[in-house]
Amino acid sequence: MSFLLTEEQKHLQETIQKFCLSEIAPRIQEYEEKEEFPRVIFEKLKEMSLTGMMTPEKYGGAGLDFSTYALVIEEISKYALSVAVSLSVTGLPQMIIHAFGNEEQKETHLRDLATGKKLGAFSLSEPGSGSDAAGLKTQAEHEGACYILNGTKCFVTNGQEAELYLVFARTSEDKIKGISAFIVEKGMRGFSFGKKEKKMALQSSPTLELIFKDCAVPEKNLVGKPGQGFSIAMQALDCGRITIGAGSVGLATRAFEEAKEYAKTRTQFGSSLSQFQAIQMMLADMATAIEVSRLLVQKAAFLKDQKLPFSKIASMAKTVASDTAMQVTTQAVQIFGGNGYCQDYPVERLMREAKVLQIVEGTNQIQRLVIAKEILK
Amino acid sequence: MLTKEHELLRETLRSFSEKELKPLAREIDETESFHPEVFKKIGHLGLLGVTVSETYGGGGMDVLAATLAMEEFGRVCASTALSYLAHSILCVNNIYSNGNEEQKKKYLPSLCSGEALGAMAMTEPGFGSDAMGMETKAVKDGKFYRLTGRKMFITNGTVADTLVVYARTGEAEGDRKVSSFIVEKDFEGFSVGKKLSKLGMRGSPTAELIFEDCPVPESNVLGRLHQGISQMKKTLDIERITISGISIGIAQAALEDSLSYAKDRKQFKTPIIEFQLVQKMIADMYTGLQASRQLTYHAAAVASRGEKATLLACACKVYASEIATQACLHAIQILGGYGYCKDYNVERYLRDAKLMEIGAGTSEVQRIIIAKELAQIGLK
Repeated sequence: MSFLLTEEQKHLQETIQKFCLSEIAPRIQEYEEKEEFPRVIFEKLKEMSLTGMMTPEKYGGAGLDFSTYALVIEEISKYALSVAVSLSVTGLPQMIIHAFGNEEQKETHLRDLATGKKLGAFSLSEPGSGSDAAGLKTQAEHEGACYILNGTKCFVTNGQEAELYLVFARTSEDKIKGISAFIVEKGMRGFSFGKKEKKMALQSSPTLELIFKDCAVPEKNLVGKPGQGFSIAMQALDCGRITIGAGSVGLATRAFEEAKEYAKTRTQFGSSLSQFQAIQMMLADMATAIEVSRLLVQKAAFLKDQKLPFSKIASMAKTVASDTAMQVTTQAVQIFGGNGYCQDYPVERLMREAKVLQIVEGTNQIQRLVIAKEILK
Repeated sequence: MLTKEHELLRETLRSFSEKELKPLAREIDETESFHPEVFKKIGHLGLLGVTVSETYGGGGMDVLAATLAMEEFGRVCASTALSYLAHSILCVNNIYSNGNEEQKKKYLPSLCSGEALGAMAMTEPGFGSDAMGMETKAVKDGKFYRLTGRKMFITNGTVADTLVVYARTGEAEGDRKVSSFIVEKDFEGFSVGKKLSKLGMRGSPTAELIFEDCPVPESNVLGRLHQGISQMKKTLDIERITISGISIGIAQAALEDSLSYAKDRKQFKTPIIEFQLVQKMIADMYTGLQASRQLTYHAAAVASRGEKATLLACACKVYASEIATQACLHAIQILGGYGYCKDYNVERYLRDAKLMEIGAGTSEVQRIIIAKELAQIGLK
């Protein structure tokens, strides 16, 4: 392994940075205020082949490894976590269809998602089952050549904007082995959208309820085998945790850079803030924690790329990086003082965004349970 | 520490807050709206001049009573508590403590009844922690002082009728003499700049104030000329103690909401309160809340006796505010995805709580003062 980026990675990082500065940074605030999905930005991401980063070129993707993908997510998160989140969520069904789907599903659905023709979503949580994901109640009853879905899903990112939803539902009573994964397409009869959540942040990334009322999903849309759903979901979440780690590092880095620049330029008592030890201590702690987080994320991505077990490190990376993002963004607001509390500066938004990172893809409490389980094996 | 009167006051405050403030709290956060009628109602309780003697229409209560008011308002609507603090403590208590008889008679009755709303203006765009570096100047011109400059982050800025404004009155460059002035909103040359859009406390309007050659009658110099800094020192301890009440109220709300959710919410067929990870968060929240509450009440009791309470004031300010933010982070975490959504209140608590580490002197400034006081006068 190497601590250095390859030439290709460096080049990609620069390209993404330029893209973010010219296409995302000037627009994202407006989308956030209007609570509108940035379709235009996604059209551009599609042109750059970023909608299917890890899907093989054979199916219309970019064929990047996980380490490089994580780098891109980190970079985009510096400018718009909402875009990074939507992008990573359209990647989840791709990862799943690629690993567990049949050839036909790959040729159609995977290709559509990878090329950006369609936007994807992932739907596991339900109002009554969050951390206890296997407690889900949405039913999928086998009837003829279809599965009939009934139930309500919640907290679905890209809801309403996506055309394809990877939905987990119950095909038998067995808590774990009774869950199966389905491809549900927008417009299917009996599939509708419930309320749009009003959130603390990430207003341009829609979060919706999905409602299934006798929704007939063709058998051919079953991904993997019946009863394989929970294991599919957990493997997808393992990867998702590295992604959230990478996003956390990007978000924290942005907050740190903003705070550092402010500390250098803001003068109080005749000195720049950066000359005060109290501020230096905060900046040093912020930079150190970000470095630790980035290394853990890179290690998790490296293990995944080497096809080695990575679940424990992924949970560690997600927990450390998102706790760091929360801490660093809070300190950034503190360094900015009254200005940091106001929306003329970006750090209050970063702080609001950071909190979700400690909750999604398994709360940090669940991560710690995963870590403990692994180390006590 | 609490007397029977304090306990009774808390009961009154609790039922008032539940009835009058709680139903508005979410709306005023979402729409950034200010409800003057709420202040009229607080006026009926006799709390708009909580520390002011009854002679001027005040409540004649002590610092601990004022702290309890902040706590109970803060528990249901921190925005209202903050605007109430700016009015009753930063403005009203300041005029009461530092004004002359004529000024008290002129301004306090309407402020205590709720006819007039108060604010205080010290911070400037370039001078936050370094407040004494302020640049707003007051230049003598006949029977007036003409104020010129800009003030920043002024709570109640858009709605205040009566403002206590700090400005330099030293003649020479670098002369650090500061005085405070009572400014009425209709004074010529005074205007409100932009209203600030904030992370939290969105129901408490914050604005920039602009003074352009604004003539203030010399009779409106609060107390005596050049006394701004010593006046500020006199009231600052009380400000820091009472604002800690808001932190306590927010932390209390975060714990209450967490507890009821954790008892109701089941995962893995078990109420989540039964999981040790959640128990740890709840236990830490309770411990922190009680510690900050007792510290703050102690500081308030010392200040109520008229003793110097600078160290305790800074200590409770920094501790209670950091505990509040931490408690709100825990609350969102316990509520998970729901905690991040606006159907529940905990995300608002967090956004409100962060201000407590910044307003009325940042945590960093509190620590500097604590260390300096300790170095100078030592532990007693």
